[in-house]
Amino acid sequence: MLYSILIYDSEAVTDRLSKDEEASRVQQHVAMQEALEAEGRLGPVARLMPSTAAVTLRPGTPGPGTPGPGTEKPLVIDGPFAETKEQLLGFYLVECDSLQEALDAAQRLPLESGSLEVRPVGWYKASALGASGDTE
Amino acid sequence: MKENAVAAALAGARPRVLAALTRVFRDLDAAEDAFQEACLRALRSWPEKGLPQDPTAWLIFVGRNVGLDETRRQQRLDPLTEGPQDFEKRSEANPEKQWIEGLEREDYRDDVLRLLFTCCHPELPAAQQIALALRIVVGMPVDEIARAFLVKQRTMEQRLTRAKRFIAKAGIPFEVPSPAERAQRLQAVTTTIYLLFNEGYSASGGEAHVRAPLCDEAIRLARLLLRLFVGDPEVMGLLALCLANHARTPARLDKDGEIVLLEDQDRSLWDAAKVAEAHVLVEKALRLQEPGLRTPGPLQIQAAIAVVHSSAPSAGATDWQEIDRLYALLERLQPSPIVTLNRAVAVSKARGPRAALEMLAPLAESLDGYLHFHGARGALLAEVGENDAAAVELRHALRLARTQPEKAHLRQRLREVEKNLSSLSY
Repeated sequence: MLYSILIYDSEAVTDRLSKDEEASRVQQHVAMQEALEAEGRLGPVARLMPSTAAVTLRPGTPGPGTPGPGTEKPLVIDGPFAETKEQLLGFYLVECDSLQEALDAAQRLPLESGSLEVRPVGWYKASALGASGDTE
Repeated sequence: MKENAVAAALAGARPRVLAALTRVFRDLDAAEDAFQEACLRALRSWPEKGLPQDPTAWLIFVGRNVGLDETRRQQRLDPLTEGPQDFEKRSEANPEKQWIEGLEREDYRDDVLRLLFTCCHPELPAAQQIALALRIVVGMPVDEIARAFLVKQRTMEQRLTRAKRFIAKAGIPFEVPSPAERAQRLQAVTTTIYLLFNEGYSASGGEAHVRAPLCDEAIRLARLLLRLFVGDPEVMGLLALCLANHARTPARLDKDGEIVLLEDQDRSLWDAAKVAEAHVLVEKALRLQEPGLRTPGPLQIQAAIAVVHSSAPSAGATDWQEIDRLYALLERLQPSPIVTLNRAVAVSKARGPRAALEMLAPLAESLDGYLHFHGARGALLAEVGENDAAAVELRHALRLARTQPEKAHLRQRLREVEKNLSSLSY
């Protein structure tokens, strides 16, 4: 089964990591990625831009000019969908035979603060995007 | 848990905690002392027990109690017997928790803005504003600030003491600000953060690596501000502008520490992640510019200019007409000879050097002491073949140059112009 590993942490805190600490965390990520890739279990991986780059769509409120529910123009709101103490920073998709295996994979990632959420994937469509899109 | 992670958590929480404590104690020094003590307690407890659920709330709670204890001690009253361990226990369904959660929503936004505005008070000299923001909001040690400003530690200490004395007297009100006041504070703060960025960015050659931390801090503060004011296009512009410029840092100096002009930079060295984020932010800000709603602010326009530069795959492919248009917009909003000078550079590319020289002519008096005016005019005059006049301008610029890389660059240009002079005379 495919599992997602969702990485949450406070951006206020990750923003303050020393360069060494940042590098050591990235190193842990790379090691985990290489191990899973060698086993053919690594799916797409993404590191998200800071949540201040996010825009959120919410259902619009019905007004006099709208013909019926669901036809309103959605509201576009700057920022992530909720003001939270922790933000979604990135995610992995990994192929695992059991929840335990997925938890094992997650445990190879750095976890000094914040949280990692392991959640099975309900539906997945492989894309033709390929390996690009890396802005690092 | 590692010390590094604790340090990051404390530094990340600092602005909010200090802002909240300043409101509680109505005194910056008392708030700083309480914050320090709360941090010491965190350092004793967190490495062993791990981070609390909400480090910010933990620090505010502990800092507040520490500070109240101190007040009671001074008034010879009984101390509060609570320690940090009581926080988790008490936070279930009690007013303390509600008080802190209240802070988490909207109040702390004004608290942090107030703290920043305290440091960025428009009546303080710019250098003091920046130093104070670094010391108080960021918590940067005085010796580091002194190094970044290239002054002695004692000088910086005196500067900070003077600034603190001023703000203690300024009496910035603690009440929730009116929308107009809030906008005014936000503007003062964005201006100072941009000054901080420039303080680091305008460094060159050998000093560049000493001062780069100022750019990083400016970006962190801009991010902090944007997290608080998610829909403010001018704050988006501030962050985008800092990111787009700082993205070029790896390409700005060659291996000998000499300046590489924007047009000659190896664009593959630019930090692609910073460029991409700057683009998104400019586009987001632009979305808020529905016709007639608001006019874009100066930082937003400058960010757009920076992004036009970084969109070009090569210097030759730069959309100079768009840059000319954006500078014209900026000129109308914030008329200044420097803006016109920058626009003239765009005009020289879009419409030729003669049009640019015409634009510069009226600025000769106001920018007489400005290195880049003479540098730019020298380059334009050389372009139209007026090598004598070009050499005069470049020599003038050379006299105004302060750093070695600037001087080396101007000497090189001067040599080129003088070579053309001699080849014509034979």
